[in-house]
Amino acid sequence: MSSSRKLLLWGGIGLAALGMLYGLHHAIFVEHQTLDRMGGSLAQAFLSPAQRNTVDAHHAIDAYASTKYDYVRQVDVHSHWIGLAMVLIVLGVILDKVALGPRARMWIAVALVVGSFVFPLGVILQTVTRGAALASALAITGSATVTIGLGAVVWGFARSST
Amino acid sequence: MSARRLLIFGGIALIAGGMLFGDIFAVFVLHQNGGQTGQALLDASEAVRAGNVLAVKEAFQRIGRLLEDHGTKVDTHVHMTDAGYLALLLALIQPYVALAPRRKKLLAGLFVACGLLLPVGIFLIHYAGLAYSPFTAIGWASVLADSAGAVLIFVLLAEASGFWNFLRGAGDACEAQLPDDRTWERRALMSSGAFLILVGFAYGAWYAAVDLYRHEAREAKILKEVLDTSSGGQGGAVVAVASYGSLAAERAVKIAAHSHVIEFGLLAMLLSFVQPYVDLSDRWKRRWVMVLLAGSAILPVFVLLELNLGLVAGGIADVGGLLVIIALIAMLVGVLRYSGRLEMVAGVAE
Repeated sequence: MSSSRKLLLWGGIGLAALGMLYGLHHAIFVEHQTLDRMGGSLAQAFLSPAQRNTVDAHHAIDAYASTKYDYVRQVDVHSHWIGLAMVLIVLGVILDKVALGPRARMWIAVALVVGSFVFPLGVILQTVTRGAALASALAITGSATVTIGLGAVVWGFARSST
Repeated sequence: MSARRLLIFGGIALIAGGMLFGDIFAVFVLHQNGGQTGQALLDASEAVRAGNVLAVKEAFQRIGRLLEDHGTKVDTHVHMTDAGYLALLLALIQPYVALAPRRKKLLAGLFVACGLLLPVGIFLIHYAGLAYSPFTAIGWASVLADSAGAVLIFVLLAEASGFWNFLRGAGDACEAQLPDDRTWERRALMSSGAFLILVGFAYGAWYAAVDLYRHEAREAKILKEVLDTSSGGQGGAVVAVASYGSLAAERAVKIAAHSHVIEFGLLAMLLSFVQPYVDLSDRWKRRWVMVLLAGSAILPVFVLLELNLGLVAGGIADVGGLLVIIALIAMLVGVLRYSGRLEMVAGVAE
């Protein structure tokens, strides 16, 4: 088995396990509590003006939006890590059918594995420091790397068919 | 049945089951649930205008129940389908997993069983609630789902250890390699699948860059409008709540289009490997591949068009999903008919 295939298969299995562990941790320790907080903030936003106390309503909406911002990204990290892991494993099985040299295939494998890890990592880091340029840069660079890597695979397939 | 055939059969069955559940959810629950949530939000805004605190609380309890109903059903669909994908992936790597055949079969059986128990547990969360639970926020259904998830992780790690054994040359995988043929079905599924995934990636990047932050800002703005118009005793809450519904629909269809096009691409690529296990004539194999690819294109495109064409597009998208399910079931029948030909040729004992 070539090194590039080994890298993709190992990267895929590792990333799937990481994504599932993250999902398990999220389901047990984070999700229910976050949903309760989100629901509580939204309910409070409507309860305050009903009690003729409009001052807190907008703050409660902001708190709801902030919690939802984190929640959406936490779920995205879980689904994207596992989804990308599945793509890596499939590509690990078929990479030798891509009509490119061993060195190019190795670069594609490195790009796909690194991009698949870094892209969701950047997304989750956005919840640690809101608006941090580094987190967004990681997410954008990671997703671009994966897309370019997959584009190269598709191109290699097209070459092998002709 | 070998571990690989068990994983292929279980994987396709889980995917077909997950998709059937998704289709039933889309037709009978999704829109009705959205309408009821909008009505409950409107009731809450009316209660704010009337200064009725109890009615606000009651409306939000209703919204909470509706969102939980919606969320757990979406999660059931996603987790059952994804467990099926993972089962097919594990089937693919069986020739590289050096473990004893009995252990491989046990792991495969555990994976398929827990791939079913995980979504069943998620589905029951809404109905079981916290009844008889010793925990403050987690009910027994969640415990079932989380336990099944933990077993899936364990199986994945055990398969990884088998892969490590294979790489070290510390054992035999006891599983025949898949034939390296280049049939029309396999090439069509592989190339179309890769293309669909690429399209899905590009659309996801576009959504994240253009829509994600705009949607988040708009949601908070609309909610503040609902509150301001209600507490000020002005009209317009109905319009604001309708805007909130439109935003939720726009967000849902865009995310659904992104995720479905990628998942169908992955499914097509996975099924390309499974074709040697589908015991149907070449003509029927091709037909089912075309049906699957047609459904895989129709569903995400018409989900997106729901924003412009409404329920007509939604209906066509559901038909697209049905086409994929029918093709999957046909392939499942083919796998059932498979006689163990490949294993016999390779001289591997069943």
